[in-house]
Amino acid sequence: MTWATIVKSPDAAPVAPSLLDYERVRATFAWAQARAELDGLPGGRGLNIAHEAVDRHAAGARRDRVALRWLGKRGEVEDITYGRLSELTARFANVLRGLGVAPGERVYALAGRIPALYVAALGALKARAVFCPLFSAFGPEPIRARLAIGEGRVLVTTEALYRRKVAGLRAALPRLEHVLLVGAGGRPTAVPDTRDWHALMNAAADRFEIEPTDPEDTALLHFTSGTTGTPKGAVHVHEAVVAHHVTGRWALDLHPEDVFWCTADPGWVTGTSYGIVAPLTNGVTSVVDEAEFDAERWYRILQEQRVTVWYTAPTAIRMLMKAGAGLAGKYDLGALRFCASVGEPLNPEAVVWGQAALGRPFHDNWWQTETGGIMIANLAALDIRPGSMGRPLPGVEAAIVRRVADDRVEVVAAPDVQGELALRAGWPSMFRGYWGEPARYRKCFAGDWYLTGDLARRDRDGYFWFVGRADDVIKTSGHLVGPFEVESVLMEHAAVAEAGVIGKPDPVALEVVKAFVALKEGWAPTPELRRELLAFARTRLGAVVAPKEIDFAPGLPRTRSGKIMRRLLKARELGLPEGDVSMLEEPA
Amino acid sequence: MTRDEIRATVLRVLGAIAPEADLAALRDDVDLREQLDLDSMDVLNFVVGLHAALGVEIPEADYPRFATLAGGVEYLTARRGADAPA
Repeated sequence: MTWATIVKSPDAAPVAPSLLDYERVRATFAWAQARAELDGLPGGRGLNIAHEAVDRHAAGARRDRVALRWLGKRGEVEDITYGRLSELTARFANVLRGLGVAPGERVYALAGRIPALYVAALGALKARAVFCPLFSAFGPEPIRARLAIGEGRVLVTTEALYRRKVAGLRAALPRLEHVLLVGAGGRPTAVPDTRDWHALMNAAADRFEIEPTDPEDTALLHFTSGTTGTPKGAVHVHEAVVAHHVTGRWALDLHPEDVFWCTADPGWVTGTSYGIVAPLTNGVTSVVDEAEFDAERWYRILQEQRVTVWYTAPTAIRMLMKAGAGLAGKYDLGALRFCASVGEPLNPEAVVWGQAALGRPFHDNWWQTETGGIMIANLAALDIRPGSMGRPLPGVEAAIVRRVADDRVEVVAAPDVQGELALRAGWPSMFRGYWGEPARYRKCFAGDWYLTGDLARRDRDGYFWFVGRADDVIKTSGHLVGPFEVESVLMEHAAVAEAGVIGKPDPVALEVVKAFVALKEGWAPTPELRRELLAFARTRLGAVVAPKEIDFAPGLPRTRSGKIMRRLLKARELGLPEGDVSMLEEPA
Repeated sequence: MTRDEIRATVLRVLGAIAPEADLAALRDDVDLREQLDLDSMDVLNFVVGLHAALGVEIPEADYPRFATLAGGVEYLTARRGADAPA
């Protein structure tokens, strides 16, 4: 079935789209123009994300505007103005200085969406430390692996998360010197080998002058998953703020008076680039909800906060669809002007449902941890092709390529041909490396092209369409899960001889993690053992990474070189002919 | 079905989704997601599992009632009472 194009009349829009003339801007744009929209550090001392996001507004007309409106799980509301955010982040930068944290050292955060997380992120950037967020639903093993790879020196977390997930890891993390605990409700903490966040913050000065920052200085470390090996830490630099800022304005249509809500958690790149940086550089009010998805709560937030621009994810949208348009109809969503979605391809039904139920269609866009910011998007002023990821933003050159040798690709000029999506290297938020793994980084490029690992096609009008992953990485609820990380943990169980992990298609989450396990001699495939393995995996990995289903198999298919053939496991799971695995490698 | 039987069923369904959970230590009025580290798919599977186990239709709008063990048991007891008196 083909879906009708959603036709826009940008000239008639009550608020003019910020990227009104896509073709003209795309033809003439250079990144230096976007850089010129930012201030830079006073006195020509470089470019620092925290200055663009916070301090320049705090020193100007937006000082008293609400930067973050925090909505607590229990109904609390806390408004933090740009002025106050500048003071809080200065305090944390001074705390880091007091702890002897040098520029470039890694400051991690493991917390739900609480104000301290946002202060830690921006304060670390002020101190020119490297900020690395961890998703609070991770289990101990993903936390340990990521802290070890990035050699975190400081961790900001909550007392509850520390006790449950981190305390037992300390011996395995000798580089982790300082753990700062945020007590529940601001209460003081007294846990051995940790410091109290509030005590340190209260004792620190609320002014901090950002030292000269080279735009190429490392700012952010975001972990993502590959098919094989350990998680990869994508390195981003302060220069990335140029892309965060202008893509926020264009792809999310941010205007200075907007109230913006990005539902993503800062544990993932969306929640940092667009949950922290882009709304603040654009000077808008950013809503942060501490609670997890709840259809009624979400509609209430859209209504009560008068949210004008909303950035959410396909899994959440599909859950709202399950809740029904009737529920949406009970709320006044009249303030809402622009809705966008990211995380995995948004099905056309959901794009169109937005228009019917919310009065606004969803604008799907595409990017990755490695790209640092939105690259391809359905835009406010352009017609939407439901099911498409949209068109490349100005400054972004995207192409469909075909690999012709190990290190060479050929651009496919003809439309409607499937191939690998590639981006011409050089945009400001492009990752500058995988932490400590130069070879793995180099493998992502062929000549000038960054190879995304996503299969796509481009139609004759320049819209891109996602087809699938070129590798075995699992997309679930908007997150990437590396099968190897899950298999490794399962293999640690005494009963497991081998494990193969795939993404099983799911109507809500796109895919769910499913494991196939072959047992060692002497172990029987009982329901009790399945339960035990599930418990084992969940305890080690956390609910978001652990398998939702485990099947026993007598043995797992392997290639001659001994690699588990996940594609064959997937073919079996889907009931496809096993001989025809090409279908999975290159979906038609 | 008595309230205690419903509570036991809720715990059994939870135990299948999060077998690592110490159900005996579960507090009745504290958010289940927080106590058990459930993700959004777990919550969905929890409600789907309850529907399968008890035959009670649970509209999405009522999902928030399952935020706590006490809330879920109360909801199911009332619904079971209305649908099919025990």
